Amino acid sequence: MIELRGLGVRYDGAEAVRGLSLAIEAEEWVMLIGPNGAGKTTVLRALCGLLPFAGYAAVRGRDVRTFGKRELARLIAFVPQNPVMPGELTVSEYVLLGRTPHLGRLAVEGRGDRKVVARALERLDLLPFAERGLRSLSGGELQRAVLARALAQEAPILLLDEPTTSLDLGRQQQVLELVDSLRHDGLTVLSTMHDLTLAGQYADRLVLLDRGEVAAEGAPAEVLSQANLADHYGASVRVVHDDGRVFVLPVRG
Amino acid sequence: MVTASAEAIRARGVSRPWRLIAGAFLAGSLLVGLGVGPVGIGAGGIVESALSHLPFLHVHSPLSSLQEAVLWQIRAPRVVLAAVVGGMLAIAGSTYQGVFRNALADPYLLGVAAGSGLGATLAITYGHVGRTGALLPLCAFVGGLSAVAGAYVLGRSAGAARAAGAFVLAGLTVTLFLTAIQTFVQQQHTNTLRDVYSWLLGGFSTATWGQVAVASPYVALSAAAILLHRRLLDVLSVGDDEASSLGVNVPRLRLLLVIAATAGTAAAVAVSGLIAFVGIIVPHTIRLLVSTSYRAVVPLSLVVGAGFLVLADVLARTVVSPAELPIGVVTAFFGAPFFAVVLRTSRTSR
Repeated sequence: MIELRGLGVRYDGAEAVRGLSLAIEAEEWVMLIGPNGAGKTTVLRALCGLLPFAGYAAVRGRDVRTFGKRELARLIAFVPQNPVMPGELTVSEYVLLGRTPHLGRLAVEGRGDRKVVARALERLDLLPFAERGLRSLSGGELQRAVLARALAQEAPILLLDEPTTSLDLGRQQQVLELVDSLRHDGLTVLSTMHDLTLAGQYADRLVLLDRGEVAAEGAPAEVLSQANLADHYGASVRVVHDDGRVFVLPVRG
Repeated sequence: MVTASAEAIRARGVSRPWRLIAGAFLAGSLLVGLGVGPVGIGAGGIVESALSHLPFLHVHSPLSSLQEAVLWQIRAPRVVLAAVVGGMLAIAGSTYQGVFRNALADPYLLGVAAGSGLGATLAITYGHVGRTGALLPLCAFVGGLSAVAGAYVLGRSAGAARAAGAFVLAGLTVTLFLTAIQTFVQQQHTNTLRDVYSWLLGGFSTATWGQVAVASPYVALSAAAILLHRRLLDVLSVGDDEASSLGVNVPRLRLLLVIAATAGTAAAVAVSGLIAFVGIIVPHTIRLLVSTSYRAVVPLSLVVGAGFLVLADVLARTVVSPAELPIGVVTAFFGAPFFAVVLRTSRTSR
């Protein structure tokens, strides 16, 4: 579904990502992990056309640079870490913005578009909020509204930058479960993740980045090793394996 | 379980009641503007007189020939010009607010008005274009576009890619600089000082059908371009990156909307002088009363702005009658306190 070969991105004059190669299958959920400044977000932004890059990046076998902006937006939906939430719009209006790549420049949404939005809101239990202003929503509801907008985009690929920041523990699990179920509906997901225990439980595959390069890649149990986390995060942790799951516990050295 | 149907989803355009209210407001303002003055003319007389000018209707005007002359040669061009200018300034204000994602953006704060004013002043002073010349809007447009381009370049270099607010500060800087040049030019050419000064204060006391004809094509084109893009103004509200990831070519859209709003503003400034705050008062009143989506704010700004400036002009010519207040004084008198309120509330909404 997604193929990156020798991806290099310069950002603010520095090489943020170097020689990154990665292949992601359809309906896979791959998470990029790594210390701050490792280049996780940069990879996502380059892939959805927000940053210029060197090397090769393809979606469905076609170089992403050959896609027009709207064409690319119909293939890839991007949810940034801190989405701008225009408080003055209602949930419906906000989610309708997701239809933009499917509309002509001067067109307005038709019945079909509203139907897609209604389904997205229903999928995320937001129908009762359809007429509410974004300003009146809680953090968890806002996160669902953002996901609903991405769903309304009807793109087969979802890029999520730290989808759980600023959510409490319960909401974090809800959002991740939701993404997981969307993925089983046919979505391919590439996300970044800070919380390694959650990353280990939800991702099919982890890619550990350090200073813009792949340091380790594979199943969570392989990547989340004590040695890896000490080397690349400079962290002192205990890794607990229990019932096929991996838990990363910080331990005071 | 609720089934998802398209009917549950709507974006607030302009609902029918608000369409009627806005239309009635504009019609009422026009009637007041046409009827009020030293020679009083009733609403019925105005309507019948208007119908009598239409072919095939065979309505006879009940007005005397003096009333007819006052109505159609003095008041009508004035009222129509005020409506055209008011609608344009309000829709331009709403556009700048959307494009720069700043509630305080206004043709005046971004340097557009100062640039247009300087362009027109230079044309009057050096080009001998005359206050009603057809070239005046063009000179004003060049001035306004240079100013907004200057503000854009300055704002970008100050990091406006991240903070839209930098544009407004840059616009203010440009405004101050242009005002200095304006003052210098005026001082050097005291012979045209009075002409330029009375024009700068803004007003419609010398309005003619000729001025209406000069400004209207620019205003019509620019308003049409903005109206067609009102949905994309909502898309811009999620920020450049996200709008871009939704497939919008943000720099191109921004440029197009800025050019449209600036061209219309320049034409308005060329025929009316500097009238501040219309672009703030009208869109924000609509946000307060009707909806905050640009789908509603943009079209309603055009209609309500037209009615608003006609009423402001009525005040300007009646408050100290038989003398006239500059209309800019009237709009600033209401606008400045309004601006203060917007400033306070927009801080908490960020």
